[in-house]
Amino acid sequence: MAQHIAILDYGMGNLHSIAKAFEHVAPEAHVQITDRAEELHAADRVVFPGQGAIGQCMQRLRTQGLDRLLGELIAQKPVLGVCLGLQAVVAHSEENGGTDCLGLLPGTVTRFPAGLPETPGGRAIRIPHMGWNTVRPTQDHPVWAGLAAGERFYFVHSYHVAAAHPAIAGQTHYGVEIASALASGNLFAVQFHPEKSQHAGLRLLRNFVAWQGA
Amino acid sequence: MALARRIIPCLDVDGGRVVKGVRFLDIRDAGDPVEVARRYDAQGADELCFLDITASSDDRRTLVHVVEQVAAEVFIPLTVGGGVRSCEDIRRLLNAGADKVSINTAAVRDPDFVAEAAERFGSQCIVVAIDAKRVEPQRWEIFTHGGRRPTGLDAIDWARRMAAAGAGELLVTSMDRDGTRTGFDNALNRAIADAVDLPFIASGGVGGLADLAAGILEGNADAVLAASIFHFGEHTVGEAKAHLRAAGIPVRDGA
Repeated sequence: MAQHIAILDYGMGNLHSIAKAFEHVAPEAHVQITDRAEELHAADRVVFPGQGAIGQCMQRLRTQGLDRLLGELIAQKPVLGVCLGLQAVVAHSEENGGTDCLGLLPGTVTRFPAGLPETPGGRAIRIPHMGWNTVRPTQDHPVWAGLAAGERFYFVHSYHVAAAHPAIAGQTHYGVEIASALASGNLFAVQFHPEKSQHAGLRLLRNFVAWQGA
Repeated sequence: MALARRIIPCLDVDGGRVVKGVRFLDIRDAGDPVEVARRYDAQGADELCFLDITASSDDRRTLVHVVEQVAAEVFIPLTVGGGVRSCEDIRRLLNAGADKVSINTAAVRDPDFVAEAAERFGSQCIVVAIDAKRVEPQRWEIFTHGGRRPTGLDAIDWARRMAAAGAGELLVTSMDRDGTRTGFDNALNRAIADAVDLPFIASGGVGGLADLAAGILEGNADAVLAASIFHFGEHTVGEAKAHLRAAGIPVRDGA
């Protein structure tokens, strides 16, 4: 039977690109943008995207009861967090005057400090971190299959999770060392946008579609 | 292994075709926008910029359709600008598959619009386009309506205001250089780079590959935008990247 890929829609950002990218890598799959619990439960895998501010993101997840649902989904099936979907799974973010996140993993989200050199002796970083940066996988994981260390992916964000994290799966340098990917059980979350990262990003999405979970 | 500097081919779209005015005079047809976008994606472009230079609302719908088609098969960031006046315009472009929208005249007319758009859609998708013309050796002013209408606004002050309003990126075009193929105004670029910590795209005046490198090394730009050197087959994006790499600039292999 064709795979059913559900993209969680909670009103945070544009889901068009990510849906198109999944339709491209999994043409046989049923790709559905939804906020309905029964459809998310029925799906083979779930994508948890997000753009914008974390305060509004958490408020919407809670209002729609999706905060508890996400925990249940991760216990059942592979879940891919993207961008804000990575930041939302840790415990807390300093954005919007301090926001409690889902706490599915430990950790905090902080803003890039202004004025840091991008590379030793280099110019100061610009914020947001926008563009193609390198990712170094820090653990073997099926979602990294075929992707070399130093592959570039497209990032756009002003807040980050520090690389010193127990679930780190990929690391990137931008003034500081950041967690560009976290992995724990059925959850794989990336700070970058695979749906906008051309060949490398599509390979990652294909790997996620093939991944059977932990 | 630093953040790659981006090369962004720009597609000026009028009546459903890519066009490029040379010195604002003859508009040369540069092809079907979907085909052109495909070609630049295959050459390793880091991002694409579509600027709607048409006047009629019918043709604006044409561009939305172009963006939809491109977004369904090209998986790199797409910026769309030209005539973006309302949150409804932004919503329509994002729904069509744009990742960022570029706001120009509407920001000058109503600076609160940028704040409202950033609040509603997130700074990550709000690019403010700054069309600047040199009025003194180290002073630039904002012009609108394709460089014809002065506003009296100082370009550097304006960049700071737009950063504070929540812009995620600036697209800085030298109206003195646009279409001349004499290189970027890197004094302008450097002044912008020093004034704000937002990423910015340098635009206007690229005539060769050395101009792209200068925009990054002398102008301190995060990304460089060019049109005619790519449209008419003079250079590929791959050649441009090879040139930047040889100049010691970090670039992405995308072809």
